[in-house]
Amino acid sequence: MAKITRRQFMKGMVAGSAAVAGTMSAPGIVRKAFTAKPSLNIALWNHWIPGAADVHTAIIKDWAAKNNIEVKIDLIGPQVRDIRTIASAESRAGTGHDIMALGPFDSWSFYKQCEPLNDVADFLEKKYGKFDSLGTYLSYSQEDKAWYALPAPIGSHSYPMVSRIDYFKKHAGIDLVDIFPADVGKRDKAKVDAWTYDVFMEAAKKLHAAGFPFGGAIAETSDGMDWLGPLLLSFGSQPMDREGNITIESDGTLAGLEYLKELTQYMPKEIYGWDDASNNRWIISGKGSCIQNPPSAWSVAKRTQPENAAQMWHHDTPKGPNGRFRGALFYNFILWDWCKEKKAAKDLLIYLLEKPQQYKMLEAGQGYDMPQLKPMYDNPVWEKEGPPPGGIYNYVIRGDEQLVVGGYPAHPLAGNAIYSQSILAVMVAKATTGEMTPKDAMKWCAQELEMVTG
Amino acid sequence: MVTIASTVNGRSTPGIFRKLRSRRYAAYWMVLPLVILIAGLVVYPFVYSVWLSFENKAETKFVGWQNYKRLLKYDTFWLVTGNSFRFTLTAVFFKATLGLILALILNNLPMRGQRLWRGVSLIPWVMPLALSSMGWWWIFEPTHSAINWIIVQLGGTNKPWLSEPYWARAACIVTNIWYGTPFFMIMYLAGLKSIPESLYEAAQIDGATALQRFKYVTFPMLSKLISITVMFSTIVTFANFDIVRILTRGGPRYTTHLFGTYAFSIGIDGGHLPRGSAVALFMLPVLAVAAFIILRNIARGEE
Repeated sequence: MAKITRRQFMKGMVAGSAAVAGTMSAPGIVRKAFTAKPSLNIALWNHWIPGAADVHTAIIKDWAAKNNIEVKIDLIGPQVRDIRTIASAESRAGTGHDIMALGPFDSWSFYKQCEPLNDVADFLEKKYGKFDSLGTYLSYSQEDKAWYALPAPIGSHSYPMVSRIDYFKKHAGIDLVDIFPADVGKRDKAKVDAWTYDVFMEAAKKLHAAGFPFGGAIAETSDGMDWLGPLLLSFGSQPMDREGNITIESDGTLAGLEYLKELTQYMPKEIYGWDDASNNRWIISGKGSCIQNPPSAWSVAKRTQPENAAQMWHHDTPKGPNGRFRGALFYNFILWDWCKEKKAAKDLLIYLLEKPQQYKMLEAGQGYDMPQLKPMYDNPVWEKEGPPPGGIYNYVIRGDEQLVVGGYPAHPLAGNAIYSQSILAVMVAKATTGEMTPKDAMKWCAQELEMVTG
Repeated sequence: MVTIASTVNGRSTPGIFRKLRSRRYAAYWMVLPLVILIAGLVVYPFVYSVWLSFENKAETKFVGWQNYKRLLKYDTFWLVTGNSFRFTLTAVFFKATLGLILALILNNLPMRGQRLWRGVSLIPWVMPLALSSMGWWWIFEPTHSAINWIIVQLGGTNKPWLSEPYWARAACIVTNIWYGTPFFMIMYLAGLKSIPESLYEAAQIDGATALQRFKYVTFPMLSKLISITVMFSTIVTFANFDIVRILTRGGPRYTTHLFGTYAFSIGIDGGHLPRGSAVALFMLPVLAVAAFIILRNIARGEE
């Protein structure tokens, strides 16, 4: 990897903008430039982990003080919808914040008003290696060869399995800590390869019989898409290709729906009305043996039900005929094209994504945030957090899982609608409740997808 | 054209300005801020959303009626239409009936107790709808619902309130009834207070029973108010958003989506603002008919 420092990058940018600076040589402009302190207006996602947002704010203020730039920071959320609504209003008004942290897909709604960040992304990739493919999918336009957004660590999270060590061992005879130890060097490939959806089905049956079923929303909520999208993909089901061709009516989808039809027999009936917090409550209460979620459920359990938290192990998803996929929601930063201090804004973005700052942010998030650059996986936060010791070690990708988002691999503009309208989750609900046969549910889904495209 | 000019403070003022400053035009000046406000906050967004509904997803091309035509061929749209009518008709019927019953009970209470109960029964309506919907969500929550806890304590079994279409629809309607009934009650109570006591006395002298007094005195005297209240509530209920958004988010399986929530889902969540606008504008004919009936009733009342 080429060793370029942020200062060198900035020098390059300064040289590149020399011509622009030349046009500012008129006395009036120069005076104005020196008297008015440059300022940046930033909208950050308000992290739900207490104190995390304070650390993010302090990092930015520290940078601002060093660079003599005035910053105004608004913390919005933690509901990511709040930022989306504000971004939508700013997009219509053509004014507002300079930098915004947005949820997955959201930047695509405004990409025509986003400043391409190719120089920033190129710099970071040269220094740290490629961004995760999902981060690239959500931030980079293949058509325009432009990074309209920058993959961000703050708020990004994935959906590994969160399982009860004791229930799995006692009722299903599976030692999850042995299969997915808190040390990637100790992983036994054969054991990991044997962790398939067939094995999971058998475990789900036994856990249901023991009174501790697996729980996951099959409803109009993002959690539903976060486990069903990857599951269907692991059976070879894709809703749509990037060009907009609808591909949902396939053998892969049929196989996935048949699998889910059986699996839902061993799940609680309320899952069709669950929201994003329901599965958290399910495992925290001790009623459930397994969910798919970021470490938020475990984090809450640590405070409210510590004995249950001590039994929660985060680990890889099962493998299907088409591979092993895990859901993830990756956030990103955008720089609005109306920003007057683009150079400073880009410098700040680089600063935020550099290792020392990312490390601080990841630690402040207590391991909840998921970096999109592999070198950050070395952060010890996932190793040291507990109990159980190493319980969230496998939260970042340690094996052969591919991170995806429900709606992938459709073009993000279509993927956004597939995801936010929970189209795949509703298809699964229709097929598994008996409202439709799996084939009819696929046809229904195809009609929904047609509406998404045009 | 001849310009009539006058002299004010030694300077000549054109006649038109003098006219505008006259008392005759004062009323127009006074309503102007309101007109500007309505034009900015109601007329402009409405016209803009109509325009938007004729554009493509990227808002770069005029596509005419295409968004509307596509919606009409779409199963989910018809499901949403059915949901909206079912929700509105059921909720308004129960709100009107319960509101009338409550108003009659309250009207027959002694004045002192009446004030207290009138205040108490208005609480659901005064409370912000989003807040009360959150309360109802807690009551109906699929896994840890308060109502299920009571049922189980009494020896019954859990009901999947928000997980099955029938119960989820019922939950949304119940929440709306709880919120909207006080509005009907207070309107009817005001109507009951305005019925001259002499009519009841005359009916009593004629030997009318309580039911006959209601049928031949109370109901005819309230009928205009009932129709106006029902139509007004129809408009508000049909355009409801908060309850569904908080309780079910349109689920399970889109069976509780209303025009408002579905428009939001497509337009804001899904990023297809033109089609979201088209969905929202499908409400227009229904609301327009309701508004027409209300205005006609008011006009007749004035006659």
